[in-house]
Amino acid sequence: MSPILEVKNLYKNYGSTEVLKDINVSIEKGDFLVLVGPSGCGKSTLLNCIAGLEPITGGDLFIGGQNMTNVSPKDRDIAMVFQSYALYPTMTVAKNITFGMKVRGIDQATQDAKLKHVSTQLQIEPLLHRKPGQLSGGQRQRVAMGRALVRDPKLFLFDEPLSNLDAKLRVEMRTEIKALHQRLGASMVYVTHDQIEAMTLATKIVVMKGGVIQQIGTPAEIYNRPANLFVADFMGSPAMNLIPAKTKKNGKDTQIEIARKNADPIVLTEKRSTDLPENIIIGVRPEDIVDAAFARTDDTQQADCMIDIVEPAGADTFAVMQLGGKHVTARLHAETTAAAGTSQRLAFDLGKVSYFKPETGLRLN
Amino acid sequence: MTDMSYAPTRTQSPTTKLVLRFVLYILLALFALFYLMPLFVMITTSLKSLDEIRTGDLVSLPREVTFDAWRTAWSSACTGIQCEGVRPYFLNSLLIAIPAVLISTIIGALNGYVVAQWKFKGANIFFALLLFGCFIPFQVVLLPMAIVLGKLGISGTIPGLIFVHVIYGLGFTTLFFRNYYVSIPSELTKAAMIDGAGFFRIFWSIFMPLSLPIIVVSVIWQFTQIWNDFLFGVSFSQAGTQPVTVALNNIVNSTTGVKEYNVDMAAAIIAALPTLLVYVVAGKYFIRGLTAGSVKG
Repeated sequence: MSPILEVKNLYKNYGSTEVLKDINVSIEKGDFLVLVGPSGCGKSTLLNCIAGLEPITGGDLFIGGQNMTNVSPKDRDIAMVFQSYALYPTMTVAKNITFGMKVRGIDQATQDAKLKHVSTQLQIEPLLHRKPGQLSGGQRQRVAMGRALVRDPKLFLFDEPLSNLDAKLRVEMRTEIKALHQRLGASMVYVTHDQIEAMTLATKIVVMKGGVIQQIGTPAEIYNRPANLFVADFMGSPAMNLIPAKTKKNGKDTQIEIARKNADPIVLTEKRSTDLPENIIIGVRPEDIVDAAFARTDDTQQADCMIDIVEPAGADTFAVMQLGGKHVTARLHAETTAAAGTSQRLAFDLGKVSYFKPETGLRLN
Repeated sequence: MTDMSYAPTRTQSPTTKLVLRFVLYILLALFALFYLMPLFVMITTSLKSLDEIRTGDLVSLPREVTFDAWRTAWSSACTGIQCEGVRPYFLNSLLIAIPAVLISTIIGALNGYVVAQWKFKGANIFFALLLFGCFIPFQVVLLPMAIVLGKLGISGTIPGLIFVHVIYGLGFTTLFFRNYYVSIPSELTKAAMIDGAGFFRIFWSIFMPLSLPIIVVSVIWQFTQIWNDFLFGVSFSQAGTQPVTVALNNIVNSTTGVKEYNVDMAAAIIAALPTLLVYVVAGKYFIRGLTAGSVKG
């Protein structure tokens, strides 16, 4: 079966500015694709191109196996939820949801049935006769989703739908969208700048920067094996520690030396046979630097480190120190004995470590 | 201990406040009186007989109220050689103003919708040129317009005057609607496009229902402009198609012998009534529409 969405060599220019460069993505039915990146990376433009709201400069776009490159938005069999919800201000909630069907000349009985179905599903029946101005942010969000759901399209598009909500509601709606995706088995493309949203929702993530795709993969792949320094730094909170280091061959092993101020360098041993250049950047997630006393595996290497700052976060305690001239965060046990200004024995787990080439920023292992 | 009961020292006593209020209202009343004075003189004069005007005081109330002057002004005052009052010209003005206001408002709304929401190549230049049209003095376009009207074969006719006023009004109406629609998020148009609505459907179902305040602004502005216009009216009309402003001028200027001030005043008030009416009926929307910025859903 052909993929539900396929973007081939897509280019988008505004005048002489290249906004999107050689974009290639495809998703299967039921996939939840998240486009993530900092503002201005072109993710929203890409979504608008998929929707047909922006003409593309080069390349092809297939939805459900059909070439939709030059097809108008209304014939692409898509539905879209916008950041500002874009509810029609003079229409009631019911009219907002049925507007599309009315425009397409669908008979009243079908309209009513679908409206009832969707409003029950989203629990917005009591709101049907209100105008958007009389709704709260969360309610508007639901109505906007209702308007998309009622179309029952091949592909749902979401343009940062949660960014106007407060923090608590955002988490609630996130869970709800995920539940909705699982219940409907629908195919979705979702744009966000929030990497946690990306990790929690996606079955597939596209990380973008400057109009170029940096990496495509499952959340686990993106998290554990970032393709370059940008992805490593962007995905994960707190961010991955990226520490400059020097390597030395020692027989079959490689010695990794991390310089420290006012102390001997930390020397870690990489036992896997990797061919590393002399200067590298080593990427370690905070959760791979833990209290030696609480280390989960025996396969760790320990060192005493001077802790600068301790940040208790409830479930964990984050400790910040200086390694290789960088702030490095370690994720310690909630009941750690670490205190600011004291030395703490830490365990480094190199099982999931990433190595990057400093000049190119590309992954080495 | 900290002092929690800090109060600003510049509080005024209730009496001072009252006095200031009083002074303010007196001033406002004086200004109002000043502006209402001409209207008062017009109305009282129009209700007096000629004898009373000659013998009495300008600002005194009529001793004997008579509507003769109004009747004369409406149906038998002389504008040159014809003596039919302002009635036929009043009708001409209605026949010119109503279609011209409607057409220029509708086209202005469409223009504004396109310029604000369907950014096409050169949209900004197009808009700038239209705006430029607002600043061209009437006199400059008289000759070219006369030639165009002649070529179109509508010179001296009411459709010709409608045409002139529509063309001249488009710059303003487009400006009104463009500035109003530009504050409507473009996502609304996008959402409607995905819902399957086309250009006119989006305009009609989504933008029109939002537009009442700005329609009122456009109608008031255009109606006032067109109704009060004298230059185009006198330049592009002929006997039988003159608007009421031209007729009023003729009544006042073409009388020989005794000046019938009461008839002149009555005719002037009749000529001004429709604009007054439009302001009274739709005025509260006028300010609201001019200041209305965002249309948040």
